[in-house]
Amino acid sequence: MVMTLAAPTRLSEAAPPLDERSLYLRRLVIEALEGGGRGHHGSSMSLIEILRVLYDDVLRYRPTEPKWADRDRFILSKGHGCLAQYALLADKGFIPRSELREFCRKTSILGGHPEAGKVPGVEASTGALGHGLPIGVGMALSARMRKQSHRVFVVMGDGECDEGSVWEAALIAGKHRLSNLATMVDYNKLQSYGTTREVQDLEPFVDKWRAFNFAVREVDGHDVRALRAVLRSLPFDPDRPSAVICHTVKGKGFPFAEHNATWHHRSKVTPDDVVRMYACVGGRA
Amino acid sequence: MRQRSLDCVYELACRDPRVVFVGSDLGPGTLDQMKTEMPDRFYMEGVSEQAIVGLAAGLAMEGHIPYVNTIAPFFTRRAFEQVAVDLCLHQLPVRLIANGGGLVYAPLGPTHLAIEDIAALRSIPNMTIVAPCDAEEMSRFMPCTLDWPGPIYIRLGKGVDAVVSRPEDGFAIGRAIIRGTPGEVLIVTTGIGLRGALEAASDLAREGLGCGIIHMHTLKPFDRRAVLDNLQGVRLLVTLEEHTLAGGLGSMVLETIADAGTTVWPRVLRLGVPDVFPKEYGTQESMMDTFQLSATHVVSAVRSRMSELRH
Repeated sequence: MVMTLAAPTRLSEAAPPLDERSLYLRRLVIEALEGGGRGHHGSSMSLIEILRVLYDDVLRYRPTEPKWADRDRFILSKGHGCLAQYALLADKGFIPRSELREFCRKTSILGGHPEAGKVPGVEASTGALGHGLPIGVGMALSARMRKQSHRVFVVMGDGECDEGSVWEAALIAGKHRLSNLATMVDYNKLQSYGTTREVQDLEPFVDKWRAFNFAVREVDGHDVRALRAVLRSLPFDPDRPSAVICHTVKGKGFPFAEHNATWHHRSKVTPDDVVRMYACVGGRA
Repeated sequence: MRQRSLDCVYELACRDPRVVFVGSDLGPGTLDQMKTEMPDRFYMEGVSEQAIVGLAAGLAMEGHIPYVNTIAPFFTRRAFEQVAVDLCLHQLPVRLIANGGGLVYAPLGPTHLAIEDIAALRSIPNMTIVAPCDAEEMSRFMPCTLDWPGPIYIRLGKGVDAVVSRPEDGFAIGRAIIRGTPGEVLIVTTGIGLRGALEAASDLAREGLGCGIIHMHTLKPFDRRAVLDNLQGVRLLVTLEEHTLAGGLGSMVLETIADAGTTVWPRVLRLGVPDVFPKEYGTQESMMDTFQLSATHVVSAVRSRMSELRH
């Protein structure tokens, strides 16, 4: 199948408005952005629904026992989207909500990229791109070797898929038919400099994953119901790893930031920015 | 040494279920016995060193002890970020078995040489770097790798290096081995450099020149005491390494002496690879000659410096 650009647009247009839980999770991200005075805004906001559905409906975990042996392994390979994960970790009780306001501060456990060993619930330190999938492949091989039933989930960015190591790992996952591995791509079609189409076109993206022996589904990455249905049907093929191409909007929920590369990362979040952001999500919690 | 290291992986795998082997498109027949007897712990993947180091990290995060094998620069140049971030930052017990340390692959050209591997890796926190001198020492070293915390880079010499190690010296990671006869000259070396150092020391002894040797098989953690405790009476300190002079063993020795606040220094002669990409092929030995690292060159360089010191 050759995918056209019309497909993601159509999927986005079909997305229902953000519900209260999605707005609430965005408010948590804003708390961290305000506290740290910086952060990857757009890259986190496109992830919220993907992580929400994973944490609410799919992943098996115990917040009070983050190293529980039977937990599903979750790696946020696009570590710069960590504000979304921090919001979920605070929401689920892995970390206190008050920690969000310490984001990026000298003694905080929450840095600009997530670190294992510092943040309960973070499996691997990511930030340098293209590392999560190889690590996830190792974890999935381990589970298979030991006949363990937990699954491995890796969330990547679209720009991240420019990295060669992603495709090296995809080759290995396909070869070993790791059906206990699911990778999701936050396909917001905007990387740091500009659109993925301009900087490094990934199309035909679905075909690429298929060619690497993944079973692939596409979904609107902001449609909670659709995400739930797709992620609950994992693995898509009992003999192949799964890939979910999540069509998303960078900066989702913030009209001034949506599709806006300058909101990929904010190195100085002003009080005015904070006011504007809260105005989009129903005010301060 | 290379075959022995792989034999040891098999032996360790037989007694410890945590051991897993990961190769990157190695030669046919590599670890066939392990592949046959423990197929679920033998992985021969493609030419994809970055992903393989990451994969090994994932295995180690789950409690395995992966032994990963490929050619040295494919770890240190190609997969440097994976080594630094996936292994060292996470402090994972992954063992990197690096074929062709130093000038072993001289005939294959500069893409295959590992002459800056020690300098690069020693700059990463949590890394351990070991360069055994021969197959017998490899046998003594490998069991130490099972429960050593954090990653280890194992720098291999050639396939069939002469055995110069002694069983009575044993092996402990981070503890240098003292050889030779203490005297006016002290040679600090590593890996297969020990053989050249012993030959040179023997020749110099015939000329009445006492020559102590420190075999610094572990480059990191560096045995600082071995250097500082053996400087007494030394007039010429020689460092001998099959590695660039920028940041390797010689640099470590000098940093150690400087950091200890030493006020009276011996004269120093650093022997290693200059700051160039070698332009020739030939053999490891011929390239050692070109860079004046063979025993005869060490002897003449020491003789010349000692003569200067005496006049």
